[in-house]
Amino acid sequence: MNLGPHADFIIAAYAATGIVVAILIAWVTLDYSAQQRILHNLEKRGVTRRSRPADQP
Amino acid sequence: MAVIDLANPTRFLTLVNRVLPWLVAATILAFAFGLVRVVHAPDDYQQGATVKIMFLHVPAAWLGMMGWGLMTLAALGTLVWRHPLADVAGKAAAPIGAAFTFICLVTGSLWGRPTWGTYWVWDARLTSVLVLFLLYLGVLALYWTAEDPGRGSRAAAILTLVGAINIPIIKFSVEWWNTLHQPASILRMGGSAIDPSILIPLLVMTGAFTLLFFTLHLAAMRNEILRRRVRTMRLAEAARA
Amino acid sequence: MSMFLAIFARDMRLSVRAGGGALMGALFYLIVVVMMPFALGPDLALLARIGPAILWLGALLASLLALDRLFATDHDDGSLDLLMMSKLPLELAIAAKAIAHWLTTALPLVIITPVLGLMLNIELGAMGWVALTLLAGTPALTFIGLIGAALSVALRRGGLLLAVLVLPLTIPVLIFGVAAANAAITGATSFGPAFTILCALSLASLVLGPFAAATALRHGLE
Repeated sequence: MNLGPHADFIIAAYAATGIVVAILIAWVTLDYSAQQRILHNLEKRGVTRRSRPADQP
Repeated sequence: MAVIDLANPTRFLTLVNRVLPWLVAATILAFAFGLVRVVHAPDDYQQGATVKIMFLHVPAAWLGMMGWGLMTLAALGTLVWRHPLADVAGKAAAPIGAAFTFICLVTGSLWGRPTWGTYWVWDARLTSVLVLFLLYLGVLALYWTAEDPGRGSRAAAILTLVGAINIPIIKFSVEWWNTLHQPASILRMGGSAIDPSILIPLLVMTGAFTLLFFTLHLAAMRNEILRRRVRTMRLAEAARA
Repeated sequence: MSMFLAIFARDMRLSVRAGGGALMGALFYLIVVVMMPFALGPDLALLARIGPAILWLGALLASLLALDRLFATDHDDGSLDLLMMSKLPLELAIAAKAIAHWLTTALPLVIITPVLGLMLNIELGAMGWVALTLLAGTPALTFIGLIGAALSVALRRGGLLLAVLVLPLTIPVLIFGVAAANAAITGATSFGPAFTILCALSLASLVLGPFAAATALRHGLE
């Protein structure tokens, strides 16, 4: 594919877009695993979302 | 499942978990198809191959605006209808919209260098996008620096609505300012987009990027719901201690 | 009506007192405009050409600086909560405060503009026009600014965040203010359209500002 005399700019544009999109995908994915891990740890410790412990009415 | 069920975060999460893999697959397919079309797109008679940058720049511009539109609906949901997931939707959309606005600026600059000779031109459209980016930064500042997520979301929602009213005014002012200071430029960024061999790749890429936006948005909403759940649990733990 | 006037009078009295900071805005304006030639060089022709722009930018930054003061002191001593609970609609209370703020902060700017114009080699007749555009445009700056002031009071971060939020929204005011001033001086374009739009922006923000600020205060401080 011949990109002509300004090939560098075209490649730079696609590379920049790719990098930003990759960062977005990484942010969303890493944040998800982080939250899941924290939730798992909290649940293991017996923490619930209710203010009172489970055994009290 | 009725629409009202979407107000329940747990049910929303189940829905997202089911839908997300399909969205990811659709996005990948759309980009595969789009990039093939981009490779095969002909050169512009005036700009040569650099017209291929337009296939990134125009979708990014569209998503930047659409992002703010989405945030505006979310803001109305937060302030007017008090929908429980509205502020989550707004907070999740903001960084994604800001990122695409940034892509629009960068690709616009890289497109301008070979066609107009400089990396930055105070062209009406680019300048308006720059101001939009500044507004995004303001909203992000409100979402991310608030100690209390609810309060931060409400403040960000207000700024979003004020921005929504202001953005048309800003666009009008910038265009007015631009015609005042520069003669009408012959090289328009729209160029020869009417030809189908250019239009079809443009539409496919726009569709692919839009699918990407919604995939990222739903995933980010899921993360935000989980984050708030963590916060609630930690507060409950501290309350019981 | 009397409640409106009472709040207005209170704010006027508070800001002209020693700690009120009424003239700080004018002082900052003076300093900013004086700094410009140091950065640009003493070329009088250049300064005259960009003079209106320098004056407008200085006024914009000075207004921004003073806006912090609008709600912060009331929030700190609790009178903001009292205002929110009073019978007078919050929007009107905010409008009263904003008008008092404009009179004590922006009006001094407009008054010392001719003096500063002399330093920038703007001719006498032209200076009157610049001052007029500032008179018409500073209400817009104040009333748009108070949205940012209300948002940052609620979040207790203030200061710089306020500037980041408000500046993009004031771009149209800046564009039309400088355009009107330049139109009057050079006559290259007509004064009417730009000035009319400037006035329209001020009038619109007179309505939008208090409503948005009231919403921000209600939601932020609940």
